[in-house]
Amino acid sequence: MVKLSVNNRNIEAKSGDTILSVLKRNGIKVPTLCHLEGLFPSGACRMCVVEVEGLPGLVPSCAYPVQDGMRIQTHSPRAVRARKTIVELLLADHPDDCLYCVRNGDCDLQNLAEELGVRQRRYAGKKSMHQIDSSSPSLIRDPAKCILCGKCVRVCEEIQGVSAIDFIGRGSRARVGPAFDEGLNVSSCINCGQCVTVCPTGALREQSALKDVIDALNDPGKFVVVQHAPSVSVTLGEEFGIKPGTDMIGAMTTALRRLGFDRVFDTSFSADLTIMEEGSELVKRIREGGPLPLLTSCSPGWIKFVEQFYPELIGHVSSCKSPQQMLGAIAKSYFAEREGIDPARMYSVSIMPCTAKKFEAERPELSSGGLADVDAVLTTREAARLIRMRGLDLNSLPPEPADTPFGERSSAGKLFGVSGGVMEAAARSAHYLLTGEEMADPVIKSLRGLDGIKEATITIGGLELGLAVASGLANARKLLDQIRAGRKDLHFMEVMTCPGGCIAGGGQPVSSDPNAIRARMKSLYAIDTGAANRVSHRNKQIQKIYEEFLGEPLGERSHKLLHTRYVTRDVMI
Amino acid sequence: MAETLTEKKLMVKKAMIGDPVDYFVERHVKEFGESSLTREIWLARKRREEIVRPVLFVGTGTCGLGAGAGRTLKAILRYLTERRVEADVVEVGCIGICVEEPLVDIQLSGKNRLSFRQITEDRVADLLDGVFAGKVPSERVIGQHRNPKAASWDDIPYLDEHPFFAPQTRRVLVRCGLINPRDLEEYVAHGGYRALAETLSRYTPSEVCEQIEKSGLRGRGGGGFPAGLKWKLALQKPADQRYLICNADEGDPGAFMDRAVIEGDPHRLIEGMAIAAYAMGATRAYIYIRAEYPLAISRLDEAIAQARSAGFLGKNLFGSGNDLEIVIKKGAGAFVCGEETALIHSIEGRRGMPRPKPPFPSESGLFGKPTAVSNVETLANVPDILDRGADWFSVIGTETSKGTKVFALSGKIRYTGLVEVAMGTTLRQIVFDIGGGIPENRAYKAVQIGGPSGGCIPEAHLDIQIDYESLKRIGAMMGSGGLVVMDETTCMVDIAKYFMDFIQRESCGKCIPCREGTRRMLEILERITRGRRNENGVDALERFKGVMYLARLASVIQDTSLCGLGKSAPNPVLSTLRWFRDEYEAHIYERRCPAGACPELLTYLIDEDQCRGCTLCAKQCPAEAILGKPKAPHYILPDKCIGCGACVDVCRFGAVNVS
Repeated sequence: MVKLSVNNRNIEAKSGDTILSVLKRNGIKVPTLCHLEGLFPSGACRMCVVEVEGLPGLVPSCAYPVQDGMRIQTHSPRAVRARKTIVELLLADHPDDCLYCVRNGDCDLQNLAEELGVRQRRYAGKKSMHQIDSSSPSLIRDPAKCILCGKCVRVCEEIQGVSAIDFIGRGSRARVGPAFDEGLNVSSCINCGQCVTVCPTGALREQSALKDVIDALNDPGKFVVVQHAPSVSVTLGEEFGIKPGTDMIGAMTTALRRLGFDRVFDTSFSADLTIMEEGSELVKRIREGGPLPLLTSCSPGWIKFVEQFYPELIGHVSSCKSPQQMLGAIAKSYFAEREGIDPARMYSVSIMPCTAKKFEAERPELSSGGLADVDAVLTTREAARLIRMRGLDLNSLPPEPADTPFGERSSAGKLFGVSGGVMEAAARSAHYLLTGEEMADPVIKSLRGLDGIKEATITIGGLELGLAVASGLANARKLLDQIRAGRKDLHFMEVMTCPGGCIAGGGQPVSSDPNAIRARMKSLYAIDTGAANRVSHRNKQIQKIYEEFLGEPLGERSHKLLHTRYVTRDVMI
Repeated sequence: MAETLTEKKLMVKKAMIGDPVDYFVERHVKEFGESSLTREIWLARKRREEIVRPVLFVGTGTCGLGAGAGRTLKAILRYLTERRVEADVVEVGCIGICVEEPLVDIQLSGKNRLSFRQITEDRVADLLDGVFAGKVPSERVIGQHRNPKAASWDDIPYLDEHPFFAPQTRRVLVRCGLINPRDLEEYVAHGGYRALAETLSRYTPSEVCEQIEKSGLRGRGGGGFPAGLKWKLALQKPADQRYLICNADEGDPGAFMDRAVIEGDPHRLIEGMAIAAYAMGATRAYIYIRAEYPLAISRLDEAIAQARSAGFLGKNLFGSGNDLEIVIKKGAGAFVCGEETALIHSIEGRRGMPRPKPPFPSESGLFGKPTAVSNVETLANVPDILDRGADWFSVIGTETSKGTKVFALSGKIRYTGLVEVAMGTTLRQIVFDIGGGIPENRAYKAVQIGGPSGGCIPEAHLDIQIDYESLKRIGAMMGSGGLVVMDETTCMVDIAKYFMDFIQRESCGKCIPCREGTRRMLEILERITRGRRNENGVDALERFKGVMYLARLASVIQDTSLCGLGKSAPNPVLSTLRWFRDEYEAHIYERRCPAGACPELLTYLIDEDQCRGCTLCAKQCPAEAILGKPKAPHYILPDKCIGCGACVDVCRFGAVNVS
């Protein structure tokens, strides 16, 4: 323990702690722009500087360890003036277009300028000229708004192990971008959007599909269906100031219906469908000898990652389409046929926690007869914008149920929104498929929580199964490297691109608060605990679609509609 | 743990270490069959105290080559072949007096070696004809060297009495320009690798650190951190691997000390590194050197290979049980890579950007291992300290700064070149005694010390004794050793602008105050040196606003920047503002440049009495600002004039006045 004084108050801290963490614990706020919880401090933005008695210059609290007897002033005139100057310098090279910016009202730079009382353009000069990169199907990069905090670079490298972007150039010509200033589309970017969620300004944002969706809703000739991913109902509320983790499923369904969607479906339904197919695939591979471990295929960022960096493991990846694509495919076939709607007239929208889903929906192999399974993907953030645009307030809408036939779900399908959830859901159904009996305890504790790598061994009917779960692709890399090096004890491995799973996806409400992520996760677990049906194979509508349309899991029709293939991708730069 | 193991191992191997001179003498006896060879004969031969045929030395360091030494060398070789003269030709590094390059030394058997200046290829034949005939051309000779075993030349001054050399204390540079940098044996004959052999056999690593600490050697790269302490910190950190890095990323404008040491005496650096690596317990060392130094790199490559084949590097050096591999890593030219954490990132293959300290490299440096980063000159000082003792080293210098410092003299000074002086020497001695003062009878204005991080020192402070602390007190810093002398024609605002431009280009772009702040500081300086012609009302307002906030901006950049580059980035502006405030005020309030160096602030007037109406100026003027009929006096439209000065250059009658 060390003793220090902060703003003339005595405080105790653990030695080895950084000043910033001690300040946070004691409720003293110093602003940060480049700080990322859990990563090595980069010390780039200098916003968190504090005055420490006896040290020359101001000290970055994010990187500086506390020492016994330290006397710290967090808001001395010198520190505040430094912070204000830094914000003024940033604003001097920032486009003055807050009113047009997607992050207006939700921008760290804007908030800091307000907090520090910036009221004049103290420093004026040339602004850097940049081009907007809109080459990616998922993301838009606007380097003019970039303040070079480097969070995106670090997340891409350290959390995702992708390194699609880095700093280029020196001095005032320094910028962030893919190698050789090329577009994101030819880079190794996997479209996960984690960079968007850490970006303090509007320099990174999703490629918006709002206009296409609004046009479709206004087109009387179109039959517009919408599906929403399992995690969206527990995160959408945050966009409306509702406590993180609140499940807004009923109000959200009402809102979507009032927006004019002809049918509101739940992707958790097709998550159940995925379990039927993927669970059967697992059983088949176990019986027929591999290749094992089977790798999950729901997360499109992960799929591009494996195609680029681990092409030799493509054979391990489940051939199942993701739940989004499965629902799209059966909506335009089974549902269209049943309702007598021309699939060409049907416009299929999905609301996803994810930016990579936009890329996935555009993959040419995920279509049939020239019609894409899914026509437009909105992120949770875009969905909230659409709802606000229509003047609807999620707080005051009466709850309504989803539409049939793709409205019913088990809570196993809902668990797809959280890291480890696909694995739990699959284990429950695999147990039934292999033994004909339900699992005694459907919860596998060691697969829950926010750890990046989770492992478990379960026994089903005398068969010992090695399960592994990774979220955050840098974590996936660790396991994949073990597999490549010959690790043999794993049968099934779930990979979710984003750390913690879809609840922390690149399309979710931007939140720097790790507690919000935790609340979202808890909410999904609570839904599972209280659910009447916790296994996918007992979903009545699932049973019905197999009876009426698909036949059996891995059958001919399933194969055509619900399964896909992957390609080896060269990373061009 | 690692440390005690090393020490134990060392004690056992103690007896096996030999004298590097004996190694070569024995080798000559055994391998080349020179059975009558003795230690004395070998030493006299290798030190060229006794020679059998003439030796010609050509200074082919980068400075020499720039002055045409390559062509001089060819001319000499051609001369010798054509006249069938038996002589040895040796390429040496820079002796320091760069302004006199190309330098050629000639040593005739039994006579003292002579140095000749400005021997361009066309002067080779005359020089050699004369010297071989016993006639020394007095206008070309700089001086004679001393040699206890040879006769002196009459009426030729000794080189060490030359005003450029006499006040110097040459320790690091002692053999630069004298010995063949490509011959390990010559280095050994002059006492080389003796210190390393002694160190490995007599001292434990921590004793070496103590010796260095006792000597008071401080980092010569600019910061001035005690070198022995730096290595001790790394040594005390338990680790399975430690690294020594030699920082040879010399990037300050006007600095070329490290290059000259490496080109002229590479083994001195390698020996220093071997001792330092041993002291800190490193078995792998890197030399981070800028790729723009190809000659220095090839000299190092060669020297490392030679040292390895003699067993002075590599596995089990000198049979001591200690290993050392030295790896050369070429930098790609980023100034910031001279900062130690950026340098470490660069070696690791990452973008050269600094990171916050702590943790310091001695705790977690290259690849996360304890690392010490030391400058070329620091390491080149090390062999002598171990060889002659800490006391010998610290006799020279001031209270806090011991030993000598190498400076690169350039700018408006008679003798540009490389000098080494004792710490505590005054700037006045360096500029006026050694450097020969300002040419063309102009007045001294300032000397810029410490590169972009340093400051400008006015006449009033020329008598300060150079050491780390006194320079800091007057707003400058030791830096790596670039000294740029400026005379009355230099505008201090312009100089500040030059350095701000350099810094804002070379900022890595990571931290906001340095990236954005230096850029705005440059713009403020640009505004006050810009003429009114291209200015409208808003610009003038911006100009004044900038002036108001210049000092505030500078203090925030100093206070908050991440690394040394940013923290010291405002220094050129602050120091000029401090000592040459009147020049700033003339630019701001009077809109004129006292030195006449800021073109946009000059006014041009044609003297009607002088002008003959030749129309040349009007034709030459790019802005069509000059009007007038042929054979009648011309006049300049001040509103159109862009101040380029083309009219002054073309006027044959001196009719254009500048004010």
